[in-house]
Amino acid sequence: MSFSQMSIRQLQQALRDGKTSSVALTQACLERIAATDEQINAFVTVCGDKALASAAEADRQIVAGQGGPLTGIPIAVKDIFNTAGVRTSCGSRILENYVAPYDATAFARLREQGAILLGKLNMDEFAMGSSNENSANGPVRNPWDLERVPGGSSGGSAAALASGQALATLGTDTGGSIRQPASFCGVVGVKPTYGRVSRYGVIAYASSLDQVGPLTRCVEDAALMLGTVAGYDPADSTSVDCPVPDYLATLEGGVKGMKIGLPREYFIAGLDPAVKQAVEAAIKVYRELGAEIVEVSLPHTDYAVACYYLIATAEASSNLARYDGVRFGVRQAGDGGLVQMYEQSRAAGFGDEVKRRIMLGTYALSSGYYDAYYLKAQKVRTLIREDFLKAFEQVDLLLTPVAPTAAFKLGEKTADPLQMYLSDIFTIPVNLAGTCALSLPCGQDGKLPIGLQLIGKPFDEASILQAARAYEAETDWHQRRPPLD
Amino acid sequence: MHSRYEVVIGLEVHVQLTTKTKIFCGCSTAFGQQPNSQTCPVCLGLPGALPVFNRQVAEYAIRAGLATNCRIAPRSIFARKNYFYPDLPKGYQISQFELPICEHGWLDIDQEEGERKRIGITRIHMEEDAGKLLHDGNRGSRVDLNRACTPLLEVVSEPDMSSADEAIEYLKQLHQIVVYLGICDGNLEEGSFRCDANVSLRPFGQAELGTRAELKNINSFRFVKQAIEYEVERQADLLDEGGKVVQETRLFDADSGLTRSMRGKEEAHDYRYFPDPDLVPLVVDESWIEQVRDALPELPEVKRQRYIEQFELPEYDAGVLAAERTLAEYFEALVALHDQPKVCSNWVMGEVLRALKENEVAIADCPLPPALLAGLLKRIDDNTISNKIAKKVFEAMWQSGDEADTIIEKQGLKQVTDTGAIEALIDEVLKANPQQVADYRGGKEKLIGFFVGQVMQKSRGKANPGVVNQLLKQKLAG
Repeated sequence: MSFSQMSIRQLQQALRDGKTSSVALTQACLERIAATDEQINAFVTVCGDKALASAAEADRQIVAGQGGPLTGIPIAVKDIFNTAGVRTSCGSRILENYVAPYDATAFARLREQGAILLGKLNMDEFAMGSSNENSANGPVRNPWDLERVPGGSSGGSAAALASGQALATLGTDTGGSIRQPASFCGVVGVKPTYGRVSRYGVIAYASSLDQVGPLTRCVEDAALMLGTVAGYDPADSTSVDCPVPDYLATLEGGVKGMKIGLPREYFIAGLDPAVKQAVEAAIKVYRELGAEIVEVSLPHTDYAVACYYLIATAEASSNLARYDGVRFGVRQAGDGGLVQMYEQSRAAGFGDEVKRRIMLGTYALSSGYYDAYYLKAQKVRTLIREDFLKAFEQVDLLLTPVAPTAAFKLGEKTADPLQMYLSDIFTIPVNLAGTCALSLPCGQDGKLPIGLQLIGKPFDEASILQAARAYEAETDWHQRRPPLD
Repeated sequence: MHSRYEVVIGLEVHVQLTTKTKIFCGCSTAFGQQPNSQTCPVCLGLPGALPVFNRQVAEYAIRAGLATNCRIAPRSIFARKNYFYPDLPKGYQISQFELPICEHGWLDIDQEEGERKRIGITRIHMEEDAGKLLHDGNRGSRVDLNRACTPLLEVVSEPDMSSADEAIEYLKQLHQIVVYLGICDGNLEEGSFRCDANVSLRPFGQAELGTRAELKNINSFRFVKQAIEYEVERQADLLDEGGKVVQETRLFDADSGLTRSMRGKEEAHDYRYFPDPDLVPLVVDESWIEQVRDALPELPEVKRQRYIEQFELPEYDAGVLAAERTLAEYFEALVALHDQPKVCSNWVMGEVLRALKENEVAIADCPLPPALLAGLLKRIDDNTISNKIAKKVFEAMWQSGDEADTIIEKQGLKQVTDTGAIEALIDEVLKANPQQVADYRGGKEKLIGFFVGQVMQKSRGKANPGVVNQLLKQKLAG
């Protein structure tokens, strides 16, 4: 078996058995980046020397029988995670030279377990986008078809993985930003329950929706990565002090007797036939594996996208206020005045989509409009959450498509923001409900991967991982790799 | 009071809390440190940093709320107040808006002729302070974020005050309370207790409030009075001329005693408050409130009343002694050791306060603890020394920290009550002043004072004045 087909646990074993070394793995990833990233553009920063030095140290630890389950495993993280000493630009011009003095908790936990940081991954500016075309570093291309988008906003995180540039990555998901790119690139992506993983040190887009999660090549890796980054962090008041189960321990438990719900609002006209067919085939697999399939309803689904674009943009308008040229961002001289300096610095530093969302959010929070927009959206959000909780009284998890289509073409939707927003129609409700979900490969539309979404009860990531693993064990979609080179 | 218009004043007071660390991070709140040395990713507003609420701040807020008769909210919410300014690193201030921690309180203030007036307190909310801009001539402005994220309470009153004097009374009482509660150092110059005043006028009898001006930058009680009085006159003149008061923020200028308009962009603010998604609602249960209530110190007003009733002190004494918690504690410790409240009061208000003032020492650092002072008062009480000598001994004790007895012994100040010794002195005095003796015996009895003085002088103050008086009268009569 080639290393690229091995799970992190198998690679750990290979390292422990002396069949390979962390330096060799890291070198292989760096070579892969060098060979493919000119086309893919997944990395915005590669820290090769640092990575090799860390890998050499990891090898010493492994020889000494020390280290953790990730020791020596080369990974990469979305450029939204603060990494002390390594530039964190968040896909934006306004932070193009920003180097944070501290690590995000999620990244720190990976590093403490021995993971090797290869570099930072491209993304939509401030995580605002569904195609990774809104990056100051240029678009990421889908390794399965270079004319297509990898999805967004964690496009770099998904594309790097699919290209074999890293063995696992971290992304963030505010409205689908892990799951949709995972779906478009044919990898596994987990959006944990809100509060499961610390947001400390993750540059905020929409604080009540943002959540950190892993993207991996297989479900087992996802379980391992999630288990490492999850857990209460006193530095994040919204992280929840709820025990983290051993996800690996329950992974092979199967789906026999599990009740899986199909929300009827998710199987609608407009769903691409190839996607529909792939998801239906997956349902069939689950049925054959002994799961009970029932139809359920999430009646407020139609309002989710509108609700999301009020809440997320309102929070973003405030979160992004600190990039004002005083401390962050390239300061434009202004024509003498403070206000002019603010205006010109922000005008030059932010891209169009970020400006659009700041304006939307500012409007939604303005006095006289607050009740009609922001407050109303919060009420709708409660209804959407209740939809899910009610459904979970009947079923253990929900099964839906991740996105209405497979990856679309670069430039196909940039002219029509609303069309772009609708590509997150199946992922957004999960963020509003604050619960967990994952995306796993379940088919192809031509050469393009299609993703299956499993949505779990709050803090029950274990069940969706278990169900995902049961499907994965029956199929080989996750083993397919794009025809790069 | 104004002759033509009713004056309506509401006050917003920012109380800087004395917690050791900031409201949303672990940085020190120490004042006067090197610029930007008391900072971390959270109070610098670095991307990705998140606030974590310091629960001590809530405890202080609950104390303030209970002391001002507020209702403590079982659930309160932090909100973001959005605006751009270089001293505000996140571009928003974390404050409270719709659900503050305390609401519906009041304070009673003294008015002339013993009248009391109730001033409503609308709300008390918690918030973080901003940093400071240091303007540096040609080199431009610099930002010091040491103060950023320092905890504040904002105490908002109802518009219940109708004169500058009432405003001062309210402020003084609030100031006394927060210092008493140990939640604020009360330092006005350093900005630990800052006041904004909303002032408006309306014709007598009109129910509707007039347009108000908000006066800012007032950092002493004296300036509050000046600023309000100036503003009342300004608005009255405007109205008299048929003009209109503009709703605006006005800065008080201490040098000129005037208020001037800050009109412009400041007024166009829409703060776009919304609940801060980085913080969870603050839940305060009944047991926490009770715990804080039980630990609450006796408040100055209650203490003053008790001093009048329990110690039978004059109202004036009670007011002075109860005004400051540490002074009251000193006084009560003294009374516990020397059960003569009025004598203790006289000494504390007299010698102790005078010496503290002269030496610029705070009562908390008084070199003469109550136990030592009680030792001195005991020696007056048992006639070892006179009141006059006692003041000398007090000075020596203050300097040396020695006990009264040691000093009395060392300096030989023990009062002479031995009648034989005193008689001898009297005889000397009478002998030396035959004319005065004759005058006294001729009816000029006022001269007794003269003789007493002479004898006391000869004894160098040590003779017991009572004994001297008595013996003199006997001898002069004989």
